[in-house]
Amino acid sequence: MSTVLLAGQNIEVDKEGFLLNPDQWTPEVAADLAAQNGIELTDKHWQVIDFCRRSAVDKGASPTVRGITKGTGISTKEMYQLFPKGPGILSAKIAGLSKPKGCI
Amino acid sequence: MTATLEQEMQDQAAEQEVARRVAIICSKGSLDMAYPGLIMANAARMMGMEAMIFFTFWGMDIINKKKSDKLHAGMLGNPSSPMPHSIMGLPGMEALATKMMVKKMDELDIPHVPEMLEILEDAGAELYACQLAMEMFDLEMEDLVPQVKESLTAMDFWEKAEGAQVVFI
Repeated sequence: MSTVLLAGQNIEVDKEGFLLNPDQWTPEVAADLAAQNGIELTDKHWQVIDFCRRSAVDKGASPTVRGITKGTGISTKEMYQLFPKGPGILSAKIAGLSKPKGCI
Repeated sequence: MTATLEQEMQDQAAEQEVARRVAIICSKGSLDMAYPGLIMANAARMMGMEAMIFFTFWGMDIINKKKSDKLHAGMLGNPSSPMPHSIMGLPGMEALATKMMVKKMDELDIPHVPEMLEILEDAGAELYACQLAMEMFDLEMEDLVPQVKESLTAMDFWEKAEGAQVVFI
């Protein structure tokens, strides 16, 4: 565990950079996390982030890429345009959730 | 001395920026041997690694238009078979085993092989066919699913796989 400064707050993250406490997440924290990964958040990104956070509340876990594409109608191709460095981990990380457990 | 150390640290930082790569060789065409390669390649892409798959020998069935959606779960010769070989060898048993496996995968929402290949292409994984296997099985590019980029010789494969972790299935 370590603490990083995001959007002016001290945030606890695990060794892979996922937030340990989802309550510390704010949209500003998301923007900072995105910027660290070379992403400027657009409406499409927010659609993914909102879906991930909703899904985590409903199902108790971060959705996988397949879960996101099926749930939002955003295509696999678009997911890779939105999160070029890996949609499987970055969607959950920016949404302040833990690493998805699924494989697809 | 300091300059050398600084240079070394810069080199290390540059090295870390290079994306991890994986090259998977799929040489088997049964359902249970097809999925591991496809899933591992897709997982690599999902976490930002570069991924390529080289299909060769029986693995050509995975990308053969006529066979891609009809792969079988081979239980004969498999010590993990849930049923004795004397029974698994009976007519219809392989089809039954395949059906049961596909049913379970559908329940888990695991895409069928053709859709898995589409997902891999959309995810930016590179799919290649083995040139020699194509000649052996009398296959042309039009016999293969459209997600296959091109056919490669074994030496072309090593060229493309430079710096990748190689997995043989």
